[in-house]
Amino acid sequence: MKRGNPRKSPEDRHPLLDQLSQLWRNKTAVAGLIIVAGFVFAAFLAPVLSPHDPVETSLYDQLKPPVWADGGAKKNILGTDDLGRDILSRIIYGARVSLIVAVVSVGLAFVLGTLLGSFSGYYKGSLDNVIMRIMDIILAFPYLLLAIVVVAYLGPSLQNAMMAIGITYVPRFARIVRGSVLEECEKDYVMAARAVGARDWRIIFIAILPNCLGPLIVQTTLSFASAILDAAALSFLGLGAQPPTPEWGAMIARSRALILRASWVMTFPGIAILLAVLGFNLLGDGLRDALDPRLRD
Amino acid sequence: MLAYFARRILVLIPTLLGISIIVFLMLRITPGDPAELLLGERATEEALQEIREHLGLNEPLHVQYGMFLKRLMKGDLGETIWSRQKVWIEVKERFPATIELSVTALFISCFFGIIFGIISATRQYSIFDYLSMLGALIGVSMPIFWLGLVFMLIFSLHLGWLPLSGRLSVGIDLEVITNFYILDSVLTKNWTALKDALWHIIMPAVTLSTIPMAIVARMTRSAMLEVLRQDYIKTAKAKGLSQFIVTFKHALRNALIPVVTTIGLQFGVALGGAILTETIFAWPGVGKWMFDAVMKRDYMVIQGGTLFIAALFVVINLVVDMLYAVINPRITVQ
Repeated sequence: MKRGNPRKSPEDRHPLLDQLSQLWRNKTAVAGLIIVAGFVFAAFLAPVLSPHDPVETSLYDQLKPPVWADGGAKKNILGTDDLGRDILSRIIYGARVSLIVAVVSVGLAFVLGTLLGSFSGYYKGSLDNVIMRIMDIILAFPYLLLAIVVVAYLGPSLQNAMMAIGITYVPRFARIVRGSVLEECEKDYVMAARAVGARDWRIIFIAILPNCLGPLIVQTTLSFASAILDAAALSFLGLGAQPPTPEWGAMIARSRALILRASWVMTFPGIAILLAVLGFNLLGDGLRDALDPRLRD
Repeated sequence: MLAYFARRILVLIPTLLGISIIVFLMLRITPGDPAELLLGERATEEALQEIREHLGLNEPLHVQYGMFLKRLMKGDLGETIWSRQKVWIEVKERFPATIELSVTALFISCFFGIIFGIISATRQYSIFDYLSMLGALIGVSMPIFWLGLVFMLIFSLHLGWLPLSGRLSVGIDLEVITNFYILDSVLTKNWTALKDALWHIIMPAVTLSTIPMAIVARMTRSAMLEVLRQDYIKTAKAKGLSQFIVTFKHALRNALIPVVTTIGLQFGVALGGAILTETIFAWPGVGKWMFDAVMKRDYMVIQGGTLFIAALFVVINLVVDMLYAVINPRITVQ
């Protein structure tokens, strides 16, 4: 299928791409991108990268210190925990768990929030009122509390933690999408689409939403950061990942009893969380500067 | 201004009702028999029947909610499953500890956050600005439960400077009046207890203050930058006023307006974070109480605690909005 498609003129490029190309000039964003890339790389290639099985216990290798400390060995670079499991391998596999949690919970919030927000902004009136009041009520709960309570009712598991985090993040997406849709609805192209008789869902999803992508991308990136943090907190409290899942928050919880004897068991998973969250925050900040200057705080 | 306040208070009612509906529904829509969920699998048939009767679990949903709301109006949050005490009494015992911790944490975060924000804004793109904004980014990315443990390891286990956990050392006598230990020790002029209480609160409060501090610093910086660009600042400088006066008297006042709103929201962050911080430092507040309840599956406590904290958060935000209106009267004219 050949269509006359001569060299694309610069005007044909999506404006989003132009804005994204500015991202390269932002040093913090590039730093964030590198960290995030490393994190995703570790998550995908965990079986290749990790030197040991993350859940395999080894009676003879309990609480081995990291390689640079006295008694450390090359076999376990970051040492082992109280069951002799290799900490480096558990951290690499932990990236996988965190990435899945972030993708699923933010994905859930993204889909629900975008749907609710666009209906709210497009149909306005009482539907808008009802949806936004419900969002306000969800926001009336302190951030982590609602997630903890939802998991308390559903029962502790990683799945329920993802669901709880997803639910608490719906309002942020709904609000942003609603605001953008309200703004876009005033523009001529929406009226033109209506005039040619396009259906509502087509106007919303094909015509309007692509123009609201900027703020959505920013919010998604920043939500990845907080989802990783919240999931680790839930797992730390014993409400998320259950043993022997290699999850960073759960690893820290387990290390509490060993805090004096083996501080490395606690140190490295914390640094892993901090780095992963920092990466997404840096990237999100950079994206915000590039895509949506209005949102700068 | 009064009309604005009245309107804001009226808006509070549907929000509080909404919170009560969500908390009410949680127990009812969780799969399984609510009575069994409340009492556990090994409860006797009579006990189950009794609680069904008491909470009206056999009635239709709207009748149940009516009963629930009626009790709530009377301040009756029910009885805990484990200790068979009134939930409200247990909340009352514990919430001063939580408020003491969160207010101290917020105080720390506002104090340092605003100072760092101001210096960063007045010296934009300086080394100090870069470092403090990098610090703020690390701050918002911090897993505070981990930071708390690191503090514990360094400052109490290795250096022995600060007590490991709790609110007061064993053997320190303090006459409890308000249950705010810092306040009580000042009221009774008990300086040993005051020192001990302050020593105990430092680590949990600093831990809890990390994220709000970072957010306040970033907010202050950008608000200050915006204000410093305005013409009246140029005028003030042109008049020959000193940098100090211009920054603190002219610019800061206007820059603080958006910061105040942020601080209100940070109270919610602090209350949510209190569950983590209190659990780590064995701080006997509402957060640890709720965490223990989650572990014991005491749903009456979870329900009561959630209602209490959410209502508190909403009321605090209302107060902040009113403060906002006082410092920025433009907002009341719609």
